[in-house]
Amino acid sequence: MTGTTGTAATSAPTGPARTAGRLGRIGVVTFPGSLDDRDARRAIRIAGGEPVALWHRDKDLHQVDAVVLPGGFSYGDYLRCGAIARFSPVMQTIVEQAKQGMPVLGICNGFQVLCESHLLPGALTRNDHLRFICRDQRLRVENNRTAWTTDYTEGQEITVPLKNGEGGYVADERTLDALEAEGRVVFRYTAGPGTPEEQANPNGSRRDIAGITNEAGNVVGLMPHPEHAVESLTGPTTDGLGFFTSALARLVA
Amino acid sequence: MTSQSLDTVEHAERTPGTELPWAELGLKEDEYARIREILGRRPTGAELAMYSVMWSEHCSYKSSKVHLRQFGEKAPTEGPGAEAMLVGIGEQAGVVDVGQGYAVTFKVESHNHPSYVEPYQGAATGIGGIVRDIIAMGARPVAVMDPLRFGAADHPDTRRVLPGVVAGIGGYGNCLGLPNIGGEVVFDACYQGNPLVNALCVGVMKHEDIHLAKAAGTGNKVVLYGARTGGDGIGGASILASETFDAAADGDSGTGRPSKRPAVQVGDPFQEKLLIECTLEAFHAGLVVGIQDLGAAGLSCATSELASNGSGGMRVELDDVPLRDSSLSPEEILMSESQERMCAVVEPGNVERFLEICEKWEVTATVVGEVTDGDRLEIFWHGEKIVDVDPRTVAHEGPVYERPYARPDWQDALQADDPGRLPRPADGKELRAAALALLSSPNQAGKSWITDQYDRYVLGETVLAQPEDSGMIRIDEESGLGVAVATDGNGRYAKLDPYEGARLALAEAYRNVAATGARPLAVTDCLNFGSPEDPAAMWQFAESCRGLADGCRELGTPVTGGNVSLYNQTGEAAIHPTPVVGVLGVIDDVTRRTPMAFADEGHLIYLLGETAEELGGSAWSQVAHDHLGGRPPRVDLERERLLGEILIAASRDGMADAAHDLSDGGLIQALAESCLKGGKGARIVVPDGTDPFVFLFSESQGRALVAIPRSEEVRFTDMCAARGMPAERIGVVDGEELDIQGQFTLPLTELREAHERTLPELFG
Repeated sequence: MTGTTGTAATSAPTGPARTAGRLGRIGVVTFPGSLDDRDARRAIRIAGGEPVALWHRDKDLHQVDAVVLPGGFSYGDYLRCGAIARFSPVMQTIVEQAKQGMPVLGICNGFQVLCESHLLPGALTRNDHLRFICRDQRLRVENNRTAWTTDYTEGQEITVPLKNGEGGYVADERTLDALEAEGRVVFRYTAGPGTPEEQANPNGSRRDIAGITNEAGNVVGLMPHPEHAVESLTGPTTDGLGFFTSALARLVA
Repeated sequence: MTSQSLDTVEHAERTPGTELPWAELGLKEDEYARIREILGRRPTGAELAMYSVMWSEHCSYKSSKVHLRQFGEKAPTEGPGAEAMLVGIGEQAGVVDVGQGYAVTFKVESHNHPSYVEPYQGAATGIGGIVRDIIAMGARPVAVMDPLRFGAADHPDTRRVLPGVVAGIGGYGNCLGLPNIGGEVVFDACYQGNPLVNALCVGVMKHEDIHLAKAAGTGNKVVLYGARTGGDGIGGASILASETFDAAADGDSGTGRPSKRPAVQVGDPFQEKLLIECTLEAFHAGLVVGIQDLGAAGLSCATSELASNGSGGMRVELDDVPLRDSSLSPEEILMSESQERMCAVVEPGNVERFLEICEKWEVTATVVGEVTDGDRLEIFWHGEKIVDVDPRTVAHEGPVYERPYARPDWQDALQADDPGRLPRPADGKELRAAALALLSSPNQAGKSWITDQYDRYVLGETVLAQPEDSGMIRIDEESGLGVAVATDGNGRYAKLDPYEGARLALAEAYRNVAATGARPLAVTDCLNFGSPEDPAAMWQFAESCRGLADGCRELGTPVTGGNVSLYNQTGEAAIHPTPVVGVLGVIDDVTRRTPMAFADEGHLIYLLGETAEELGGSAWSQVAHDHLGGRPPRVDLERERLLGEILIAASRDGMADAAHDLSDGGLIQALAESCLKGGKGARIVVPDGTDPFVFLFSESQGRALVAIPRSEEVRFTDMCAARGMPAERIGVVDGEELDIQGQFTLPLTELREAHERTLPELFG
């Protein structure tokens, strides 16, 4: 099952950022229990940026232009997912910088951390079927004006891996209505061709929400994993590259 | 074990008449006598604890050792497999050279008994244990796989065991960040009381990073790091993997023994993830002289093996072991199987840096002892000596048994019960019904309900994962170097003939690796059998070892390590003999891999190999008639090797667009899987003079399906002809249905529904 190809980016390390004469530096935080940090760094590199490893105990962001909070199980997530990570030293700086407009992308556990940090509203709860699920997931891009989605078109459908046990997005009705009204739902789960509509939503997320953004559009969180869809060899598609090329294009603009 | 006064070495010498609970700890009378003889006195409680766990079947291989020797004795001495061996049997895992300066270590282990008692934790800690074996070799774990066997799919207890096992494997492996790239799921009533939960881990390192478990260098420090030691898993090794298991499995069944539930360990994958990062960082900083993971038999095993493998002795202060439960006795500390612990030997000048790395990863680390210039392992508690042993007698010179074995008297009758007498589908309509029944049966149905609970993407190097023939991992992003691993084992075949059954398992795993384009290099095995005290089960074990050793020599793929699980038996009812074989292959450029999916219309479908009427132990005989009898399919390893060469060449030279091995379920199974994976139909012609039923359902070995672009047809068929490989064009990728011309058609939607709904209906 392949989705519409998201971008024309190739797997060679010559994305838009490099042609502009300066590599965009994107930090990737490693918490104890982060698992997809290496993958996120690879995705940034393939998109043409310079990945910078950030350590959870270090408040210094080392002059990065943007930050990715990767997937995993920070601190084991034995409490509530992301609940401990939000108190780490690095998060104090990230929250401050995000409020001043620095692009931040939270993937899976990173999305959970963003919600726990109140950079994004709502929370992620246990999947409604109570099982971990790993599958190639079709998404509809609802907002291509955020820092991480400008390389997509609105309404475009992409396919990227999804893998989580606690990915059910919840918020109160007023918050959900506000997100919709303000266009802050960035991605929605959708069914691929030939798949029944009722199988579109993999975890019981309210209103099929897969990812959202803050009011300023610089902070984006989503459960699916764009960093696992950057090479046709290892991913279902290369649809995920657009996240990173979007951020890089903006950094050098 | 709860004596109030401390049983020191001195005390033991003064009180030779004190009775110790050796039988309760699983030791035999003659084994206890031997311990007294070795020590020249009665053991202390702590010494008895150590000997009992280390001399258990699980740790000492006392019943299997005499048969396992063949893997070394018959190991191929030339060819790529032999040349690639860097570390062989005996270390925590074997190591294979895969070129470009990389080495790969891989091993499969069982966690069967704990997974029956406590499915989630049993399976989870099975993953944890095999992963620690891999990091103890200095390798970064890159993938896991899990060969599983359960009781009947519709049995109520399978609904307890399977979801727990699957959630445990997922819960642990997913949190550890290791992609799960394959394995097997098989149902059979013979596994009802003895499910098999095997776990395989693959690790990658540079040649210079290989580390072995030994404690060399007087004055070097012994550092225990990882989780604190608690009361979990005490005696797990000696009691769970012994004959006392049955009696106690349901708790206190009149034996006076406590329930076994607390004897299963509890896993903490987060701690293990930190342990991986911290261990590898310490390795790369050059701070590690020797290392050992703490698994079965915990600290008893780690200290005695480290000391035994090194040149000197070892002194350990048990008071310094960080505890979760301060009430633990010294015996319990020595026996505890608390998970996520490692033991490293570090030069005194490097200890500070080692501890700093542990602190960085927030891993508890404590110096608990040092290497001495003697040859004794001495352990102290509150300043008093409670263990004073020659570590070799604990770790390596345990008892060795020549268990009696005999071909069971029912074997002839079983083999004479040929499936040829069974009624068969007579026409296209009946063939269609038989195909649907087969493809929707629990064993042959799609397993995505299970495998979708495992993360196959993490690390971003997964090139192929289940349901592909083998899992494939890229290990070098620049060059595209990669490895492929497949595990196979057919207990039904092995029951019919345990010698051939082991060779068939090897043949299938070999074929699966070659089908994806990788060159098979080395083997790991998990030998799951019944009680070694039952001569019939012991004969099955002996025959399978002989078969596997012979097969590995023939194929030139040495056994690098593995594991034996005996006592998979409830009363008289033993499991089918189940040798699970893992084959590791290397591929120079993973972009050349061959997937199984029929992806392009118009590609030609070729069947490689020869089909004979071979239905003994077949999936059809099980599904249609619940029958097991006759002879398993004939295995010709020379033919398997030739088939492998063809498949590898087709991959390397870009001739084949898809390849899929034929095994259980025969051609119809392979066709259905390749069609469904690619979402494309196929038009298939039954060759003239061939019985359509045999064509579709026979399980003859040495066969594979390939899809060839028309532009490559001549080159491909010329290659097959030149090498003497039968290759028959049987159809073309086309349309939306699987059309067996002149017999029946199956629309893909119907096929998918039949193939994929079974497991969700049973367990969803």
